[in-house]
Amino acid sequence: MSKKKDLDPVKSGQDKATSVLHEIMSGDPVRIGLSILLGFLIGAVFMVVFDKNVIKAFEDFGTDPSYALSSIWWTVQDGYGALFAGSVINFGADNFVSAIRPFTETLRFAAPLIMAGLGVALTFRVGLFNIGATGQMLVGLAGATFVSTRLQMPIIIHMLAAVLAAVVCAMIWGMIVGLLKSRTGAHEVIVTIMLNYVALSLFTYLLRQPNLLLEENGGGTPKSDNPDGTARLGLLLGPDFQLHYGLIFAVLAVVFYWWLMEKSTFGFRFRMVGHNPSAARAAGIKVENTFVWALAISAGFSGLAAANQGLSVDGGLTTSIEAGIGFDAITVALLGGSRAGGVVMAGMLFGAFKAGSATMQVAGVSPEVLGVVKALIVLFIAAPPIIRAFYRLPVPGPKVFEAAQQAKAAKVIK
Amino acid sequence: MTNIEVTPGMFSSAETKPSLKTPITLVAAALVVLIFFGFLGKTGDISFVWSDKREAIQLPPFIVNSMFFCTLVGAALLLIGLLSIALTIRGGKTPVWLIAIYGLGAMMALLGWLATEATQGVQMIFILGNTLVLAIPLIFGGMAGIMSERVGVVNIAIEGQLLTGAFVSAILGTITGNLYIGMIAAMIASGLLSMVLASLAIKYLVEQIIIGVLLNVLVIGVTNFLYSAWVDDDSINLNFPGTFEKLPIPLLSEIPVLGQVLFNNRITVYLMFVLVPLLWYVLFRTKLGLRARAVGEHPLAADTVGINVGRTRFWWVTIGGMVAGLGGASLTLGNVGSFGREMSAGLGFIALAVVILGRWQPIYVTLGALLFGFTIILKVWANQVSPGIPVDFITMVPYLVTLVAVAGFAGRVKPPAASGQPYVKG
Repeated sequence: MSKKKDLDPVKSGQDKATSVLHEIMSGDPVRIGLSILLGFLIGAVFMVVFDKNVIKAFEDFGTDPSYALSSIWWTVQDGYGALFAGSVINFGADNFVSAIRPFTETLRFAAPLIMAGLGVALTFRVGLFNIGATGQMLVGLAGATFVSTRLQMPIIIHMLAAVLAAVVCAMIWGMIVGLLKSRTGAHEVIVTIMLNYVALSLFTYLLRQPNLLLEENGGGTPKSDNPDGTARLGLLLGPDFQLHYGLIFAVLAVVFYWWLMEKSTFGFRFRMVGHNPSAARAAGIKVENTFVWALAISAGFSGLAAANQGLSVDGGLTTSIEAGIGFDAITVALLGGSRAGGVVMAGMLFGAFKAGSATMQVAGVSPEVLGVVKALIVLFIAAPPIIRAFYRLPVPGPKVFEAAQQAKAAKVIK
Repeated sequence: MTNIEVTPGMFSSAETKPSLKTPITLVAAALVVLIFFGFLGKTGDISFVWSDKREAIQLPPFIVNSMFFCTLVGAALLLIGLLSIALTIRGGKTPVWLIAIYGLGAMMALLGWLATEATQGVQMIFILGNTLVLAIPLIFGGMAGIMSERVGVVNIAIEGQLLTGAFVSAILGTITGNLYIGMIAAMIASGLLSMVLASLAIKYLVEQIIIGVLLNVLVIGVTNFLYSAWVDDDSINLNFPGTFEKLPIPLLSEIPVLGQVLFNNRITVYLMFVLVPLLWYVLFRTKLGLRARAVGEHPLAADTVGINVGRTRFWWVTIGGMVAGLGGASLTLGNVGSFGREMSAGLGFIALAVVILGRWQPIYVTLGALLFGFTIILKVWANQVSPGIPVDFITMVPYLVTLVAVAGFAGRVKPPAASGQPYVKG
């Protein structure tokens, strides 16, 4: 990082950029907390400025200023209060079950986000950008749906087979990206974007085929049946809750990710390639093969998310089942700093946003504001200069930074 | 972006050796047309309809047997493919105009095959006209991509820039009642958005792809919120701009077929006609463009001769963003007539692909955008004339073509060398 070493400014620029990337990944908690706070604050401004009651109250500002000012507070309280009640605990509920149901809903929405988020996070750690979680999920959905609607198997085995099908299909799709990148040098961002569209068309085509995925007696619309009862992800907490076994898969995925990245030799190689591909190559790691494996395993996580969606669906499955999870996964991974724990927290936050949307709608506040909050939080975390400028935080000095780097390097060597 | 070494004049002989991949691809596709559309094709008649009923000069429809026509076209395509092989073996390159003719021929065969025995025939004006109109946002988006990547900044945020332009132009166009104000406001708004991208990428060295992705998410979030909380309740007063008037160019618009397709359009199309050659001229024929390309290829060298790398990048990215804003405006004011949620629907990402497909050259990028525009209208049209055709596969084609191009199967794709790399004055 020191200036003496870098004769080529372009290179040193690259180093500086990767150091910013590391800064994002390491993400100190204070800065993350402040980013979340600022995101919610700006979200509140959006809520207030476009709220009809507030606008009306301010039209009569001259006659009743205190009412106008308090209307600001009430709007924000209504909005975020509804978000809380819809995603954590509903204190207004008459019994225990409906009081804690919101939290189980958050978990239900968080599970696929966490699984897909882990996939994207893995590629970040290897120094790649996998924008293709969407496409990998769609291909995974095709596999899961075929097994769950067309094959007959005993209970549980059927479900596991469907999950496996989703993971394998997605992994193949991810592997294509890896192979194209390592064999031809094609940039993974463009390849994954293109493959997302190809996957969408492919999945739609498969959904139209009567002998593949199309629902029984289906017409022109690309739509499949519900998964067979034997393949369905069962309810985890009984019929009072919608939470299903997808959560278990998410927990297993998190543990596996943690073990893979922090404990296994495989993960060590991944991280080494991510830190410095040339050094990794010099150390005898086959960087190209590492890319292929990283992208395949990453896609496997997206496949799990796909299984979660496809095996819990009611009322038939269409392409919309993907629900933007593949794209949200990128923001989840960024927010979570690509660590297992971070991704869990980020997935829970975004899951809470999804769970709380309905109650916000009922409370008369447009839940779309959460889209703004979400984007702002991740933007602030990804671009430390903004948050530093806002809170007038000191720029971390080179000494502190280098010490941190050395500490990290020491950790890696251990 | 890729790890290909691209400093001009530094190719080893192995790298400049012409590749046979393009000609082989051409021959293979020609064989598909010849065999499946020709020999094994349909026996009915195709009628190519060249004129609208409203036109002064009526051309008679061209009616031909489907199998005969497709065999003929397939044979011609095969000939071009073989010619391309011959050229490559002799060390030459297949000229782009030949590939364009090839593409046109393949398109006619596909259209004819699809519309065999269809009563309405192949409505050439409808298809070509819509191809152009649908390609306009892509072309502007692509120009924005060229402008920022040529100076070394990867612009993933084209999607967000288009969406910003679409939103602002529709709202301000309706509120002020003047669509031109809407259009200019769209350009300013998108330009401001690009300034965020530019300053974070250039000054603060935040990873360009991450910033691009996040700006897209932010714009989607903000426009979705504003749409649902503000615009949607009062669409008549906020989101009802209508479209620009069609401005037929005297005389030129009277030319059969081409006149209707090219010279009876809205201002957004004419702006494209001006902008694309202008950008080509500035980039490749002026000092300004030479400097920009120098910054994108070798910032250190540019800096050494006194070019301000950061400032050059900042302004090219910003002006590129304004062009993308124009693309957004052409989506609403130039075609649909109102704003819809997330109406850019991935066009920005396609524009990104088109930039690569067109090898960072304005003219080629425009051709690539037209290919995507054609696919969009083809999907709609194919469903009408010949239901039951697997449109999903047709939809895939341009993406697969892009993949092939990116993967270097059809000749080497050379991005600006310093694209995506921040520059720190050392």
